[in-house]
Amino acid sequence: MNLFSIFDEITHVDPEFHERISPRRAAIKNIASMGTKVAFAAMPFMLGSLFKKAYGQVPTDVTGVLNYALTLEYLEAEFYTMGAAASGLVPSGPPRGAITTIRDHEVAHVAFLKQVLGSDAVSKPSFDFTAGGTFNNVFTDYDTFLALAQAFEDTGVRAYKGQAGLLKGNQVVLTAALQIHAAEARHASHIRQMRRARGGAAGSQKPWITGANDSGIGAVVDPIYAGEDNVMQADVDITSLNGVGGKLSADAATQSFDEPLTAEAVLAIAGLFIK
Amino acid sequence: MKNSIEKTDGQLLSVDGVAETSVKRRQFLKYAGAGAAAAALVALGCKKDNPGPGMGGNEFYFGSGDIAILNYAYALEQLEAAFYTEVVANPYSSISDWERALMTDIRDHEIAHREFFKAALGQQAIASLTFDFSAINFSSRGSVLATAKTFEDLGVSAYNGAGWLIADVNYLALAGKIVSVEARHAALVRDLIENGSFANDEVIDSNGLDLSNSPTVVLQAAAPFIKSPIDVTDLPTY
Repeated sequence: MNLFSIFDEITHVDPEFHERISPRRAAIKNIASMGTKVAFAAMPFMLGSLFKKAYGQVPTDVTGVLNYALTLEYLEAEFYTMGAAASGLVPSGPPRGAITTIRDHEVAHVAFLKQVLGSDAVSKPSFDFTAGGTFNNVFTDYDTFLALAQAFEDTGVRAYKGQAGLLKGNQVVLTAALQIHAAEARHASHIRQMRRARGGAAGSQKPWITGANDSGIGAVVDPIYAGEDNVMQADVDITSLNGVGGKLSADAATQSFDEPLTAEAVLAIAGLFIK
Repeated sequence: MKNSIEKTDGQLLSVDGVAETSVKRRQFLKYAGAGAAAAALVALGCKKDNPGPGMGGNEFYFGSGDIAILNYAYALEQLEAAFYTEVVANPYSSISDWERALMTDIRDHEIAHREFFKAALGQQAIASLTFDFSAINFSSRGSVLATAKTFEDLGVSAYNGAGWLIADVNYLALAGKIVSVEARHAALVRDLIENGSFANDEVIDSNGLDLSNSPTVVLQAAAPFIKSPIDVTDLPTY
């Protein structure tokens, strides 16, 4: 097994890998210096740790969940702060008012989570909201900005939902997480209305999610909506239930339940925007 | 001890013996560790001799533990579904096509939630509740949307406040799947009343946190609309 050829492969697929793990390159040197002293069996695990450091931790406890949440809030807070500050991006009037409101909430979430975590708080990553050039006009084109805002909000809602189990029974932390989660859902609802008002590809947006990827953004955000077309809830097929004048439709069934995303899926999405 | 709402008159006692109505939400966060104590209290709470709806008891007895929490959610979803069913069947004056479509969507979501809980609870489900909507003027957009706002914000606060009382992670996950949809409704309804009010400081505090209320507080708010004699003696609350 040649560890360095693996790194070369990663760099080939992800040119920013070395940058992404910077300033932790020392970790790689440490592995190299250990050389043959490292047991073969330990290699995959160590490589796994490197990935986690580079892209964020998959939470396993309350502190982990809070830091995972903090990372997402850092991302949203910086995104809206930059968007609100970009001249000529967000139209004055109601749009600017809404973006300012949401920015203030995300900034408050960061402050709140940092306060709760104290010295355990992770530091803010460096973000690249163009996702390596995919969204080069994110802070110059209003529709691109709103599309990413929706992607982040809908992801945020799914991300918090996915971690609730680790916080079970914790009155303080679970309740706070649910309260942030609901605020993100309100944001998502409003951003979707803002996009609908813009018309075009976003013209059919509803405040709720219909099926798998109703965003009008394209396949690039498929991972954000993967699984939202689920109609089975705890062994109950929602489309088998009676609505008004017939069974509930598949659209109603998918809209009425927001689905969680695993931490792995969320970190893969967020990783696109982390340098 | 009893958790019945009939007892309460603004003197709700929290686990710390502090009058909860005087405890601000942010202060509440200081009581880390109170959760376990409250859970223990709930577990020790006296059980009423009511075999429940499926065993010949009061058809409006919620049960205890997670079943009671699910019946609590079921009751709230019944309330919302009944309200929106009436809104769509008897729409307010000069409703636009878009608003009619939105109200129809929301009605179907609430029916999906209601029918889901009914199916999931099976024999443990409370009976269908009867509601009193006489205070609502269904021909008035203002009256309907103000009521919708009240119900949606209340629903969000209810799920947020009951989450930590749920023992089974699968039920907790389901509550999580529903609460964000209620929050999407709440934001939409608020924007229909006044664009931009989707998450104003009536519902989001200075930490960016949405509302959270205990089952007791929520049921007090919903009580004027509920005609059926519900029995929440063993419903976990705080």
